Amino acid sequence: MKALSDIRVASLLALALLIGGGLALPDWALFLMTIGLAKALVSLGIVVQMRAGLVSFGQGLFFCIGAYVAGLMANFAGLTDIFVLTGISVLACLAIGGIFGPLLANYRGIFFAMLSLSLSMILYGILSKMNSLGGTDGLNVAAPTFAGYAPEGRALSLSLYLYTSFIVVAIGAILRTGFDSQHGLVSLAVRSNELRVEYLGASVRRTNAINYVISAMLGGIGGVITGLAIGHVDPEYAYWTTSGEFVFVAILAGYLSIPAVFVASIILELVRSFSNLYFPNTWQMVLGVFLLVIILTLPNGLGSLFHRRREGGS
Amino acid sequence: MDLFLVILVDGLIYGAWLFIVSVGLTLVFGVLGILNLAHGSLYAIGAYSTATAVGIYFAYGGDAFPLGSYAVMALAALLVAVVIAPLLERGLLRHFYHRDEVIGVLVTYGVFLILEDAIKLIWGVDPLFVYEPYDLLGMVEAGPLFYVAYDFLVIAVSAVAGFAVWYFLNRTRRGKVMLAVIHDREMSQTMGVNVDKVFLLAFGAGVFLAAFGGALTAPMISVSPGIGVNVIIVAFAVIIIGGLGSIEGAALGAVMVGISRAASVHLMPELELFIIYFVMAVVLIFRPEGIFVRTQTRKI
Amino acid sequence: MSTSASTGTPALETRGLMKSFGAVTAAHDITVSVPERAVWSLIGTNGAGKTTFVNMVTGYLHPDQGTILFQGQDITRLGPREVTRAGICRSFQIPQLCSELTVLENVLVALAIADPKPPSFFRKARESAAEDRAMEILKRFRIEEHRGRLMTELSAGVRKLLDIAMSMCGHPKVMLLDEPTSGVAAEEKFPIMDLVMEALTAENVTTLFVEHDMDIVTRYSDRVLAFYDGRIIADDAPDEVLSDPQVQRYVTGTAPAEASS
Repeated sequence: MKALSDIRVASLLALALLIGGGLALPDWALFLMTIGLAKALVSLGIVVQMRAGLVSFGQGLFFCIGAYVAGLMANFAGLTDIFVLTGISVLACLAIGGIFGPLLANYRGIFFAMLSLSLSMILYGILSKMNSLGGTDGLNVAAPTFAGYAPEGRALSLSLYLYTSFIVVAIGAILRTGFDSQHGLVSLAVRSNELRVEYLGASVRRTNAINYVISAMLGGIGGVITGLAIGHVDPEYAYWTTSGEFVFVAILAGYLSIPAVFVASIILELVRSFSNLYFPNTWQMVLGVFLLVIILTLPNGLGSLFHRRREGGS
Repeated sequence: MDLFLVILVDGLIYGAWLFIVSVGLTLVFGVLGILNLAHGSLYAIGAYSTATAVGIYFAYGGDAFPLGSYAVMALAALLVAVVIAPLLERGLLRHFYHRDEVIGVLVTYGVFLILEDAIKLIWGVDPLFVYEPYDLLGMVEAGPLFYVAYDFLVIAVSAVAGFAVWYFLNRTRRGKVMLAVIHDREMSQTMGVNVDKVFLLAFGAGVFLAAFGGALTAPMISVSPGIGVNVIIVAFAVIIIGGLGSIEGAALGAVMVGISRAASVHLMPELELFIIYFVMAVVLIFRPEGIFVRTQTRKI
Repeated sequence: MSTSASTGTPALETRGLMKSFGAVTAAHDITVSVPERAVWSLIGTNGAGKTTFVNMVTGYLHPDQGTILFQGQDITRLGPREVTRAGICRSFQIPQLCSELTVLENVLVALAIADPKPPSFFRKARESAAEDRAMEILKRFRIEEHRGRLMTELSAGVRKLLDIAMSMCGHPKVMLLDEPTSGVAAEEKFPIMDLVMEALTAENVTTLFVEHDMDIVTRYSDRVLAFYDGRIIADDAPDEVLSDPQVQRYVTGTAPAEASS
């Protein structure tokens, strides 16, 4: 029970920090934070699967589904309520993830990475060709409403930011519980030695399929919020380089610490904005170098600086 | 019958191109165990280098002997390989051979990010054009249609490249050693093979083939940032179909995808973008690891 | 000492198992009937077919021909996971441990999976009740002092014990030990086997173990199966098998035997 209250305390603290900080931040920073936090959810999806030894290069699929749920519902069904949109995107990703999860769960390593990438690229192809959905230009997304409340300007930025903060803290707490749970430990066991896990009587395939569906839903939530925040969605959301950025954040953060993923994602957004302004032709290079340095020096990501895997015994 | 011929020719042209841009990727994976996400960037560098080199060639009197531009193209690709392969392999990749295959993907992803911007820094963001080699051979009539003769050159070059790789691997001593390393790296090491040299050679060949693919393609397109990004996706699909690490697989996969795509372009154009994934899905249903699979060593 | 007059269905039975890898015959017509609570050993040189036998029985490999029966039930086509769930467990020649988990966590995983309910998404893996159970198991195998250590910090003997401890978490009815003392320091071999056999016999587990050390074979097994070239060339009490001239020629490589202790 101590652990549960630890999570609660940590969550409340995080929430307080986010809210307090948010009220003090200017609009552009609020926007950045919202995007950074939302995209972190997508990267958390990769982390969930990394804990069982898989690296997905296809989170863009669900990120895009979530984003297009926002775009389609707003444009074709007049739905702008953010709670409803989030719910729909979770359901859509649950369905799609439920179909492909068991299929992809037969694969590991490179194969899994490339097949997940291919799925995402298929969606990219479909959306690019469908001119009824905007084709490569995509769709504009109307501003979200919050259970009847329809803010504008700074109120809108703040509302979106606060909504994101709540979601992020809630999901962080849930994931922490999940990571510490029996299923979480079995996932880590799978990462170490699949053969052993099968010989103990558990299904590695089932573990991977479940993790895939969880990641799908995380991707969808990140996508719907990002789509609403940016106000525009297009097939690029499913392009493999978008998925690559989520992988970058996951590698940078590592799979040991959940807060590290949020920090890494926000850092990426900061670097992206800064670079686009001052050196648009070198920021990818900076990312690349950073990635290589991390892989070489901190193979378990930034999170390993704070969260040693060694704490086994008691 | 006419339609069949058209599809066949189109399919072979596209398939030949697919083979050239994929074979290097599968070779590197087979020997080094690294799936090179930067393969597309090397392709792009090959295209850009060719554009520059051929541009210089014609600017300095190449008009007197225009066919020489083909040699220039090949040399440009070779130069790219000679400069980049040792740098990448010795300087970076060798630190990751003992690690998980997916780490290799992540490392080459980092290299991809770096190279994409390097291209922009060196050549700028405006597109380059190098049409001369494409027009040089004129047009040719095949069946009911006229084709640019250069397209058939691509088929010829691709076939020669495929044969050369096959011959090297199966008929030369160095090549057979490389096959042994592909089959079982550890065993080869215990047998005294200098695996380091084999790796460098294989990676060099892979870079050359990628760059050469770019060189061949440059006259057919506008050379601009991002051409490499699309190529990787297509190359991956082909080598997954054929089986990771298999040269024959890359050839078979390339032909299958080439003809399927040609068929879809003429018969069902809406499917064109996905036909490659459709073929991949069908193959994976029957052969979950691709057509030609490496045998797995027993673990317990 | 004999296995005649076995009442009821044998715990484990194989009929005519055949397995080839290309030109190599790893198993030729392997027919074996192991009664409940038997403790048998499998001997033979490397490549004789012992590990192939274990791999087939536990579902890692499927025989080209033949059937495998567990308590009368056909398990030939089952995979490792289902075979384990049915009640047959094994340990490995090279201990299969989870390298990123501590000793305690390895056992926690084994316990969580052995539980008939699927692993929970909410219950903490490290809750005190589960940890207590895990510690009991570690204590039983005398490795509780290593509970916070990772695999790389353990000696060969401790790794073997952990491997076996994990395999026993599911309370199997049949246990196959693949070279339980290989790589273990000479002075640790008997203590380890004592511990393991005590735990197994306490739960009436039918046990088969692969061994190269004939002292272990004579001391702990009731009956010995000698493998050579994919065939069983002897099937009898330890003394009989070890003095069999064929066994001496193809397995132990000893001159006409002196009486063992």
